[in-house]
Amino acid sequence: MDFGPHLMLALIEGAVLSAVLALTAAGLSLVFGVMRVVNVAHGEFYMLGAVAAWFVAAAVGGAGPAAFLAALALAPLAVCALAAAADLAVLRRIAHDPERTIVATIGLLYILQQATLMGFGPDARPVAPPFNARIAIPWPVWEEGGLALTWPWGLSVTTYKLFVIAAAAAVLAGLWLMLTRTRAGLVMRATQWDRETATAFGIPVERVYALTFGLGAGLAALAGVLVVPIQQAHYLMGGDALLLSFIVVIIGGLGSLPGTLVAALLIGMSEGIVSVFFSPTLAKILATLLVALVLVFRPQGLFGAAGR
Amino acid sequence: MLRLEAVDAGYGPVRVLRSVSFDVAAGEVHCLLGRNGAGKTTALRAIMGLLPLASGRIRFGGAEIGRLPPHRVPRLGIGYVPQGRRLFAELTVAQNLEIGRMARGAPARAVAAALDLFPRLADRLGQRAGTLSGGEQQMLAMARALCLEPRLLLLDEPTEGLQPSMIRAIRDAVAELKARGVGVLLVEQRIDAVLALADRATFLENGRCLGTLTAAELQAAPDLLRQRLGV
Repeated sequence: MDFGPHLMLALIEGAVLSAVLALTAAGLSLVFGVMRVVNVAHGEFYMLGAVAAWFVAAAVGGAGPAAFLAALALAPLAVCALAAAADLAVLRRIAHDPERTIVATIGLLYILQQATLMGFGPDARPVAPPFNARIAIPWPVWEEGGLALTWPWGLSVTTYKLFVIAAAAAVLAGLWLMLTRTRAGLVMRATQWDRETATAFGIPVERVYALTFGLGAGLAALAGVLVVPIQQAHYLMGGDALLLSFIVVIIGGLGSLPGTLVAALLIGMSEGIVSVFFSPTLAKILATLLVALVLVFRPQGLFGAAGR
Repeated sequence: MLRLEAVDAGYGPVRVLRSVSFDVAAGEVHCLLGRNGAGKTTALRAIMGLLPLASGRIRFGGAEIGRLPPHRVPRLGIGYVPQGRRLFAELTVAQNLEIGRMARGAPARAVAAALDLFPRLADRLGQRAGTLSGGEQQMLAMARALCLEPRLLLLDEPTEGLQPSMIRAIRDAVAELKARGVGVLLVEQRIDAVLALADRATFLENGRCLGTLTAAELQAAPDLLRQRLGV
């Protein structure tokens, strides 16, 4: 394949990775933005989304769209409820203290991971995509008669991957609208800015925290459900998701949704391109280098506030 | 309307208020006076439920509120203007007012009524609160609390650091609230403001109540006032 079509293929893979990454990192960023805590167990909620999707799809049965759609609807809700319960049972008891929350969520990470190993097993398991038609992508070339379209072998995308990109974009747009246009978003932003004053104006901050923690986990779980027809569910899949989410939110700025989106595109696209042309390891090295540069020259991230 | 009975409260093991008792009636401006560190702000925070009571009782409208979850206190009709304003600086003026309105599910006319008291804010509804001038921020802090249509308003040094025209606007608003029957518990360090507004004043020193004076007693003893405020 020529360089141009090869690059196009890399960009498509990068866009899919960006979409999944943006959803996962948006959850982590939302939790930090509103609650000012770092959720080290965030990757496990991504993993639980994928694993729950497998269980739901297996329970519904069949390889048609019904099994996947049921998983898409139920798995994030189940993980959202589990995370909200974990917040109320664990994080509220330590008053959402930032340092103790890190330790508590490390514990939560191991509990969720080992419980999944016991209940789901060590094997990777797939969920069938609801549709997976392959669409060939035309490539323009200059010929003697002018511009013509060719169909290079291998330059194609599946309808499911396009769906992943569209679904992530729709969910992130919905999240943005919720935060900026709804009463719930106003309450979350007020809580984010000043917890005590929010309380003095009747906002039940503990309940807002539980819902935010659940929503953040639900976004990660949704990403896990979307990715499971491409990557399969595995009990250790949360590690990479957590690492990449941290990279994205550090570069974008902790708590900044636009920053998270831009950084997810940057990391996802560069990982897609570098992985296709060089190696996935080099992509990780470059991402880590970028994080180091951001931490040295702009510690608040590209879109983060310098502090108040 | 509001009654504190032998209230002890503080921060962790540090006891700031010791057996503090006073009351505020409807339509009364009651000043809470004392030097820095006397426990005035702590008393307001304890009333709002933001500090746990070690002992004692706080009653509002006859009901015990001292051990309610703090987010339920404003829903009873207690508005709070904290020291330093503590606006939601990233939100717009309109959104800050909406937070106040939502606190008690007040009707939309509550926002209009608050803006009638501070018409200057009406031109800045879309502006971020953090970009307002100091005086406008104080007006917004008061308007936000008024949007919940309070029966009692707690004001913590509302005129601190403001220019005279802004101080007049704040004082006029307090007088208007009093006329409407709203009880006001005012922490204030300016003697002229105390003498102009207070119906009664309670003195705090080292977290203890030294006593309560009426307006007439305050007018008759301005030196005592200066001595107690340390000015």
